[in-house]
Amino acid sequence: MREVFHLQEEYLLSIKDVCKSFSGVKVLKNVCLNIKAGTIHSLMGENGAGKSTLMKCLFGIYKQDEGAFYFKGEPFNFTDPKHALENGVSMVHQELNQVTKRTITDNIWLGRYPTKGFFVDEKKMHGDTMSLFKRLNIHLDPKTRLDQLSVSQRQMVEIAKAVSYDARIIVLDEPTSSLTSHEVEMLFAIMRRLRDEGVGIVYISHKMEEIFQVSDEVTILRDGSYIGTEDIKDLTMEKIVNMMVGRDLDDRFPPKDNEPSDVHMSVKNLSTRYSPIIHDVNFELRRGEILGVAGLVGAGRTEMLEAIFGARTLKSGEIYIDGKKIDNSTPHKAINNKFALLTEERRETGLYPIADITFNSCISNIQAYKNKIGFLDDKKMKEDTDIQIKNMRIKTPNRREKIRSLSGGNQQKVIIGRWLLTNPDILLLDEPTRGIDVGAKYEIYQLIINLAKTGKSIIVVSSEMPELLGITNRIMVMSNGYVSGTVNTDETTQREIFNLSTKYLNNNREAEV
Amino acid sequence: MISLENTIQRKFMGKSKENWKDLIVNNAIYIVIFSIILFIVISEPSFVSLAVFKNILTQSSVRLILAFGVGGIIILQGTDLSLGRMVGFAAVISGSLLQRPDYANRFYPHMDQLPLIVPLLAAIAVCSFFSAVNGFVVAQFKIHPFLATMGMMITLYGILSIYFASGAPGPQPIGGFDDRYTELVIGSTLGIPNIVIIAAIISFFIWVLWNKTTFGKNMYAVGGNPEAAKVSGVNVMTTFLLVYILAGVMYGIGGFLEAARIGSANNGTGTGYELDAIAACVVGGISFSGGIGKVSGAIAGVLMFTIISYGMTFIGMDQYFQYIIKGIIIVAAVSLDTKKYLKKS
Repeated sequence: MREVFHLQEEYLLSIKDVCKSFSGVKVLKNVCLNIKAGTIHSLMGENGAGKSTLMKCLFGIYKQDEGAFYFKGEPFNFTDPKHALENGVSMVHQELNQVTKRTITDNIWLGRYPTKGFFVDEKKMHGDTMSLFKRLNIHLDPKTRLDQLSVSQRQMVEIAKAVSYDARIIVLDEPTSSLTSHEVEMLFAIMRRLRDEGVGIVYISHKMEEIFQVSDEVTILRDGSYIGTEDIKDLTMEKIVNMMVGRDLDDRFPPKDNEPSDVHMSVKNLSTRYSPIIHDVNFELRRGEILGVAGLVGAGRTEMLEAIFGARTLKSGEIYIDGKKIDNSTPHKAINNKFALLTEERRETGLYPIADITFNSCISNIQAYKNKIGFLDDKKMKEDTDIQIKNMRIKTPNRREKIRSLSGGNQQKVIIGRWLLTNPDILLLDEPTRGIDVGAKYEIYQLIINLAKTGKSIIVVSSEMPELLGITNRIMVMSNGYVSGTVNTDETTQREIFNLSTKYLNNNREAEV
Repeated sequence: MISLENTIQRKFMGKSKENWKDLIVNNAIYIVIFSIILFIVISEPSFVSLAVFKNILTQSSVRLILAFGVGGIIILQGTDLSLGRMVGFAAVISGSLLQRPDYANRFYPHMDQLPLIVPLLAAIAVCSFFSAVNGFVVAQFKIHPFLATMGMMITLYGILSIYFASGAPGPQPIGGFDDRYTELVIGSTLGIPNIVIIAAIISFFIWVLWNKTTFGKNMYAVGGNPEAAKVSGVNVMTTFLLVYILAGVMYGIGGFLEAARIGSANNGTGTGYELDAIAACVVGGISFSGGIGKVSGAIAGVLMFTIISYGMTFIGMDQYFQYIIKGIIIVAAVSLDTKKYLKKS
C-alpha cells in the first residue's frame, strides 16, 4: 500500500491515456506523460504529433475525450485557462498571444490585476514587474508598449509572464523560435534556476541542439501516440530522430550536389529608406547557387529580401540579371522578372487559411489560367495543383482540402509549389523550415537542392546555423543592417559566422543619425 | 536603472527631422480641423465669445455621453448601429413618465408625479437590457457587431413605436415636460449649464473606469487581442457584457437628457445619432481595429465635430456643403489613423 502511494507521489504531473479527436480525426491516442518535480522534460515529435494539443488539453483550452491528469497523485481537470493558472500551471504559447497595443506591465498581469479597493494598483504592478525583470535579468522598461519591442523581446516578456505565476508546472511551447543565441542562454539559465527550485518544466522545441543542452528527460510522440521516455544521457540525436519519424534518417541533410555556374544576379548599393534600414548591400548570386543569409534577429535579413522583391522603399540600389539592369520597384514587377519570395510568417503573409489547396497553389499565377474570354480555366488549375501535390509529396486527401487543415510542413510545400508554378528563376526563401518537423525539413532541403540543380538561383535566410551550413554553397552574414562578410560554407565555422553577425551591433546610433 | 536611461534617451533623442514628419502625419487630422476653425474665426471674429463657447459645450454634452458608450464597443472591435434607437427609446420613456400634471395631452393621464430618478433608472434599465442582448449575441454567436446591432436597431424601432403609440393621446409627440425635469437639464449652476456639468462628471467617471479599473484594462485587452485575454484567464464573455451594459447606461442617460434638451420626444428621436457618435470616436482616435482609444480622444472628437458644424452654420454656410466637409473629415481621419498603424508594423 505504501509502495503504491509512493509511486504516485513520485511524479509532479502525470498524464494518463489522454485521447482527443477533432471532427472524427484522432489526434491524441492514449498519450502518457510523467513529469518529475525539479526536472526539465522535453516533449518532442514532428509537427502534427500532438504536442501542442496535449498541452492545450492540460491547460484547459481543449477538453480531452478520454484520460486523466494527476497532480502529485491527485486527479484534476482544468475547465479553462484561468482555472489552470490559478492552480499552478502556466504556459508560454507557441503563438505569441499578446495585446500589442498595451504596455509590458498590462500584459504580464492581465487576468489578475492587483486591486486596491475599486482600482487597479498600478504602483504594486510596476514594482512587481521591476523585481520580476531584475530576477530574470531582463532589461526592459515595463511601461513600453509591446508593439515597440522586437519579436524576441516580446518572447522574453511572455516567458517572464509564465514565470511570474509562480507555477509548479511551466509549459514552454517553442519559446525560442525568435530568440537570439544569447537570449536562449538567458532562458536556459532561468529554466535551470526554476528546476532547482523544484518546478517541473515541459519544454517543446524542434531545435535538437537545445534539447541536449537543457533537458533531463525526453518524451517523444509520433502521430498522436506515445513512443517513449528516455533519460537524456541515454539518447543521441539519431535515436531521437528515429523515434520521431519512425524510420532511419542517416543524415539530416541531403547531399549538396548542385553546381553553381556563372553570375546570375548582382545587387549593388541596396539601401532602404525606412526603418528597419539596411545599408549598402552588395553581393552576387551565381546560377544554380544556394546562398545562405545568416544574422541575428533584427539584422535586416528579411528586409533585404523584401527590398530585392520590391516590397520596401529603396533609398538606393540597383539589381542586375545577367549583367542587365532590371526594375524591381514593386513585387508585381519582381514577379514579372521571375523572382519569387517565400515569406517568413507564412500564416500572416503567405496563406489563405480557409481556402483550399487549389486556390492557394494558383493564386500567385492566376493570370496564367485565363482562357480566351477572360474566365479562369478550372481544369488547368486542378491539373497543375495535382502535379504539385505529387511532385512535392504533399500529404493531403485531395486538392479540395482547406490548407489550414494541413500540417506546417505541408503548408510550406504548398506555398513553395505556388511560387514554382510562376516558373521563377530566383527564389528568395525566408526561414523556409521554421516550425517544421525533422522529416519534412529533409524533404524541403532536398527540394531546394533539386531546384538549384535545375539552374534556379536561391537565397535562403535562416536562423538555424546547422541548416545554413548543411545546404548552402556560400553564406552572407548580416549584422545590424550591414553585410559583415560572405564566407564559403565548406570553409567556415559556426564561431566565424557568429563573430561576423555581431560585428556592427554597437553601430546603431551613429548609423541612424 | 537601465530602463530609466532608455526612457531618457528616447525622450531627448527624438527631435530629429523624421520625428517632425511623424508628428505632422500623426496629427494631420487635428491640423486640418484647426485650419477649418481658423477659417471660421477669421470669417466671423464674433465666433470667439463666451455665449458661443457655452452653446458648443451644451450641444456637445449628450453627444459626448453617447460617444463614451459606443467608444467602449469600438475598442472591442465592434460598432453599434442601435445607439440612435436606444436614445429614442430612453427619450420616449423619460418623456412619457415626466409630463406636467396639468398638461392636456398626457401619455399616462392619471399618473402621479414621479421622482426624477425613477424615469432615469427606467430608461437606463431598458437600454442596458437591450445593449446586453447585443453584447451576448456578438460574444456568444460571433456575429459581426454591424449585423447584430443592425438587427437590434430595426427590432427596437418596432418596439419603441408600439410603446409610443400606446399612450393615451395616441402616436403624438410627447411634450409638456415637468418643470423639475426641464430645469435639471437646461438650467445652470453658477453660470455653467447643468448638462455640461453632468457630462463632465460622466467623463471623469468613464476615465476612471477605462484607466484605473480591472474592467477597463480587460476591455482594452479583449479588444486588442481576445485570444491573449482568454489564455491569460480573462472572462471574455463577462467583459463583453459589461462593456455593452455600460454603453446601455450611457444611452439611457443620453436619451433622458436629450428629451428635455429638445423639449419633446417621439419615436423618431435619436435617428442617426449613432453615426455622429461613431464619427466623433473615430476622429478622436478610437480605432476600429480595436484595443485603442482614450477618453480625451472622444472628448476631442465630439468637440471638434460640434465646433465645425456650429461654426459653419454660424458663418452661414450652406447646410448641404457642411455634409460634404464632415464626410471628408471622417474618411480622412480613418485613413490617417490606418496609416499610423501601418507604419509601425
